[in-house]
Amino acid sequence: MDRYLLIISTICFLAAVVRTAIALRAGVFRPGRFNFLAIGLGFLFQTAFMSIRGHALGRCPLTNLFEVFIFLAWSVALIYMLVGPAYRLSLMGAFTAPLVVLLQGLALIAPIDVRHPVKVPANSSLEFHASVSLVAYGAFALACIAGVMYLVQDRQLKTHQLRSIFYHLPPLTDLFAAIIRLLWLGFILYTAGIASGFFTGQPLPRVQVVAAIAVWLLYAAILQGRYFRRIAPKRVAALCIIGFSAALTLLWGITFSAQTHSVP
Amino acid sequence: MNLFCVGLSHHTANVQTRERFAGSAGAEHTLRTAGCAEALVLATCNRVEVYGASEKRVSTDEIAQSLLQSSEVGDGGHTSGLPFYRYEAEKCVQHLFRVASGLDSMVVGETEILGQTKKAYQSARASGAVGPCLHRLFQRAFRVAKQVRTRTEITRGSVSVGSVAVDLAQKIFGELGNCKVLVLGAGETSERTARALISRGVNDLRVSNRSNDRGQELAQRVGGQAVQFDKWPQQCREIDILITSTSSETPLLTPTNLEPMLANRVDRPLFIIDIAVPRDVDPAVNEMEGVYLYDIDALRSVAEQSLAVRRQQIASAEAIIAEHVADFLEKVSSELNRVSRITGHPPVADSSLHASQL
Repeated sequence: MDRYLLIISTICFLAAVVRTAIALRAGVFRPGRFNFLAIGLGFLFQTAFMSIRGHALGRCPLTNLFEVFIFLAWSVALIYMLVGPAYRLSLMGAFTAPLVVLLQGLALIAPIDVRHPVKVPANSSLEFHASVSLVAYGAFALACIAGVMYLVQDRQLKTHQLRSIFYHLPPLTDLFAAIIRLLWLGFILYTAGIASGFFTGQPLPRVQVVAAIAVWLLYAAILQGRYFRRIAPKRVAALCIIGFSAALTLLWGITFSAQTHSVP
Repeated sequence: MNLFCVGLSHHTANVQTRERFAGSAGAEHTLRTAGCAEALVLATCNRVEVYGASEKRVSTDEIAQSLLQSSEVGDGGHTSGLPFYRYEAEKCVQHLFRVASGLDSMVVGETEILGQTKKAYQSARASGAVGPCLHRLFQRAFRVAKQVRTRTEITRGSVSVGSVAVDLAQKIFGELGNCKVLVLGAGETSERTARALISRGVNDLRVSNRSNDRGQELAQRVGGQAVQFDKWPQQCREIDILITSTSSETPLLTPTNLEPMLANRVDRPLFIIDIAVPRDVDPAVNEMEGVYLYDIDALRSVAEQSLAVRRQQIASAEAIIAEHVADFLEKVSSELNRVSRITGHPPVADSSLHASQL
């Protein structure tokens, strides 16, 4: 039953992707309410899925890679709903929906929804640690999306080839401000997530700790470079994309190692 | 009631002919005396059109005479041979919808015409020249224009060099209120572009010219600040937009001399509008990070891209208009039938819904 909710949610996000693709192909992209509604609906079904799964597990649904992916997709949609309106909501949605479809599609197709042989006991501090860290990933994902938008606009401005989408992108300086705010939001949440990991009362596997600190260092380096080495906005945008790709790969590693641990 | 449109526009008449009718916007009173039950004059620099509704046919010549009598020129000359067009009923509805949507404009998709149409409607309504027939027609025309604008890309981008430059500046910086602009060279085009930027909120404008007097004159005219010509390179450290149009034979800005100027402004993009021929800025500058260089050809190319997109959108806009014309006529027809049932007059057949029924 819960998987059906997830399929419906994925279809909602896919509808936003398809609509954007058709509009871009026709060269008449116009931001509208459709993307926001489709993503909003998809978000509701995601939330319903997680609620049912959470009740069944008796804890936050973060017990395997499948649930981690869904929680991450939910975090991306959540951050989009929070920051989207400030930065041309429906257009950011056009960039957000493909990422959510990718995460949920992968989770649904790959055989990773493996239930634990024994029921994982609830541990509020451990669940807080995992969930806050994943919401931080959501912010990093949005920073990555804003980075893509920045690079698309920069490229079109440089080449003097202004496509339909260009006219609906936010101004470059606003977009860069959004990237920085999202990076800070993600970094603060991630720091809180990592710090809380040390107060779970459980021994942490070394691989997980190293991977988590590597992601933290990566984003600390981007922010440090931004403020102390004056890295150019275009490079910050590119680093957001590289950073999130690396963080996602490490998340996979963290979760795999956590399969042998009680929580991800 | 006959619904008609009589007029001349840039399609049919040259500016000499059109200017004979300048200031005829208030001709509604004369037109009503000539037999129009309702009348509205749409007079812009590109067209003079009368939209009217009358019980009996008012000839094109009578309308032209009324317009001439009310015009500022008031030459009262002959109207025969003037390239007036006349649209009746369905054609009139279609023509107005096309005009309001900017499809009939010199620059396809321009939106100024909608504002001018609204103004003409308000003025005619205030003078009591607009009755239920024209009211309904114009309200629908405004709806159609809005729909065409939102459902198609007919208004996308700018189609003149000056407005392309200003639009690009807004795409880069967002609000222009905090932008610092340096105008290098006191040419006519750079003045126009500077004025366009000021109209969009630029407050800090500096002007530098080889001849300091001319620089100061321009600075005074646009409310800016004059800068000595030998001091302009230092300004590049502070400014956000550079408009350059000097008559220099060699490039004033190259990557080599621009690089040190950009050292402390890594966060802020620099938008350079080079409208000089030969160019003042080495094209290689565009390769530098955070620098966006647009020369006159690049600006023209963007304007042409926008115009091409607008042209591509004409078919979609025409489809929306056709849909509305059919719907408008159908609604008027069904209403007339309803009225005729109540009053006992013979109903109007759908196919006969033309000038007289409208």
